[in-house]
Amino acid sequence: MLSSEPVQQRTGTSPRTEYLWSGAKVLMVAGPGGVGKTSMAAALGLAAAISDETKVLVLTVDPARRLADALGIDLPGQQVTRITDEVAAAAGVELRGELWAGMLDVRAGWDELIGRHAPTPEIAERILAHPLYANLTRRFVHSHDYLAMERLHEVTASGEYDLVILDTPPSRNALDLLDAPQRMQEFFGSRLIRWLTVPARSRVANLVSQPFQAVADRLLGAGFLSDITEFFGLFQTLEEGFVRHAVEVEAQMAAPETRFVVVATAEVAPVHEARYLIDELARRKLHLGGVLANRMTSSHAPGEVVGGPKSRWEAGRIEGSEDVAALAERLVASLGTTGDPPEVDVMRSMLAQLHSRAAEIAELSAQQERLIAELEVGVPSVLRCPILDRDVQDLSDLASLAGYLIGETATAGSSDGPISPSES
Amino acid sequence: MSAASASEGDLSTSGLHLFDRELIFVTGKGGVGKTTVAAGLARVAARSGRRTLICEMDAKGDLGPAVIDPAGDGVSGAGSERIALGFTPTEVAPNLWAMAMNTEDSLREYLRLFLRIPLVGRIGSLASTFDFVASAAPGVKEILAVGKLCHEVRQGNYDLVIVDAEASGHIVAQIGAPIVIRELVALGPIRDQTAWMSEILTDPRRTAVIAVTTPEEMAVIETVELAQRLRSQAGVDLSMVVANRVLPALFDRRRLDLLDRIGPLIPIDSEWGRIVASASSADRRRRVGAGHLDDLRSRLVESSFGDVETLNLPEIRFDLAGPTVVCAVSSALAGELDVEF
Repeated sequence: MLSSEPVQQRTGTSPRTEYLWSGAKVLMVAGPGGVGKTSMAAALGLAAAISDETKVLVLTVDPARRLADALGIDLPGQQVTRITDEVAAAAGVELRGELWAGMLDVRAGWDELIGRHAPTPEIAERILAHPLYANLTRRFVHSHDYLAMERLHEVTASGEYDLVILDTPPSRNALDLLDAPQRMQEFFGSRLIRWLTVPARSRVANLVSQPFQAVADRLLGAGFLSDITEFFGLFQTLEEGFVRHAVEVEAQMAAPETRFVVVATAEVAPVHEARYLIDELARRKLHLGGVLANRMTSSHAPGEVVGGPKSRWEAGRIEGSEDVAALAERLVASLGTTGDPPEVDVMRSMLAQLHSRAAEIAELSAQQERLIAELEVGVPSVLRCPILDRDVQDLSDLASLAGYLIGETATAGSSDGPISPSES
Repeated sequence: MSAASASEGDLSTSGLHLFDRELIFVTGKGGVGKTTVAAGLARVAARSGRRTLICEMDAKGDLGPAVIDPAGDGVSGAGSERIALGFTPTEVAPNLWAMAMNTEDSLREYLRLFLRIPLVGRIGSLASTFDFVASAAPGVKEILAVGKLCHEVRQGNYDLVIVDAEASGHIVAQIGAPIVIRELVALGPIRDQTAWMSEILTDPRRTAVIAVTTPEEMAVIETVELAQRLRSQAGVDLSMVVANRVLPALFDRRRLDLLDRIGPLIPIDSEWGRIVASASSADRRRRVGAGHLDDLRSRLVESSFGDVETLNLPEIRFDLAGPTVVCAVSSALAGELDVEF
């Protein structure tokens, strides 16, 4: 049972698949919350920069602090930074290309956007200073989504990068992101905005507005209504810029060089959500670049070497698949030569415990594979990344993940791959 | 295994059992198991004889399968398609009612009850009107949602209202909605309604906010941020942390030492090598996770939240869903909360 490990079978010496990023200009990393999207986006960027002479930018939202430190992207505002060859070398990786990284700052992003699309600097200033502005951008549902799409448009339009990888914002539904440009257009075209921005006199006469007025006046009071009217009047002046961008962003999403990478973990809810996302992408005729199954359990994940460096166990090897009793005796005898040996009974019960735990892990692994099979229908390949025994928090951890993505990981039982496991 | 007791934290809630509150919000980062924990708490509360209402806030449809268990065998709801809950509470088990929040229905009810507007026009026109109001006015959607919950508390039809709340980002806006409305709206009936809502929401003896987290760095960071934002923007303190998916310790200290000692003696590419490797690796993961939870506890203390009561829930098989998991979580919660189940 223990020798048939699904993960291990897929980590042979030959590459598992064509690279996810081959031929892509944009990778949209999407998936349910809590599956490790940010780490995967960063690992994909690293993998691309390791494997090709290409200039890659990874844009992440809200990365874990230590990951941000590792990438050096804990920068104010919207700056991007390069992960230098020296930094990469210190983490044991050699970059053929260039790796850049940046973080999405929602507040700074909105301010910038208002500045860019406002017809005059005065209007921009009035919007930024309006009491409703902070409230609206903070609470405006999906404001992260829209901003992410805007930022993506900006960096791809600059033509500075060969590949841009976007770690999508945490949304309840990953599709919110795709709908963001459309929603922005609808927002500007809505009756609300039209109605709010016509002069007050004709508004009273406007029959369409009656139910709104009845409710709004009684609910909110007239003062608030005029505040809102003023604000949306200002906001309306941004329409042209916003709508033009939204149309361009939509076209970019549908381009064949824009690929979606769906990340999931082998649990019921994330798998269902990922499956829904995959189907929805197909329905919208968007391009699926690949599916990543993250944090897969295997009875023994390559790269996770017990006890650290190989040399520790090379002396005094004990072979094979002995039974518990025989192994216990030999281990006790062996430990006796170097120090205080434990009792054979204790050793035996511990080994039995280990063995049953291993059987559980193998069963777990098989169950995960059954769940992941749901994602494989109609999908060319699902890449597996094993669960690491530590948090992904530095460049060498990312390099471990990148190694799996490149398909050059060490074969089972050997730690001679490009990955050097770090002790935690 | 309660790591701490509430008594040291907030003196005004000392000795108060979670279920002595009237309103419990269950929130947390996406994917940590909010719905399961909320449904588990609701089942435990209902079984203990409390008339309990559970409300799903995010319209995702996950709560239905988690609480509806027609055959009572803990399995039947699991494989079934999304069971839709409505705005009108449905009795899903003895003492347990479930509903899904719908701000439009809430508006309708509000207009009928408080403003004596029977039904503005036809349904279609109300819907589009509502869209107007809600997208124009920040805080309105939130106040309608949280207002409905407070209304249920005030009506006293239930002993306990449990909220399967939205993710951490949104909950602050909801609980803080009365404050936002007071800041933005100078006059009007909605403003007048905020006072009694605030009274319920900011009284730690009546309302509890539970953050569900997992032993992971991001979940822990988000929990601390949530606690800080709840305090500064909504005037509410976190009542309890539920740490979900906590890995159990496989071995005691002595056996772990032994594991370390035999590691070097067994070749890694043998069957036993793999067995030892995966056990060591699992234990490292457990320790990393436990470290994050320790970190959470000390950061909450540093931010002067006191020793927030923490419940630990074990990792439950990930291939399970619906009532089966809720059952397992329920009995774990009942044990932690010292309630018969």
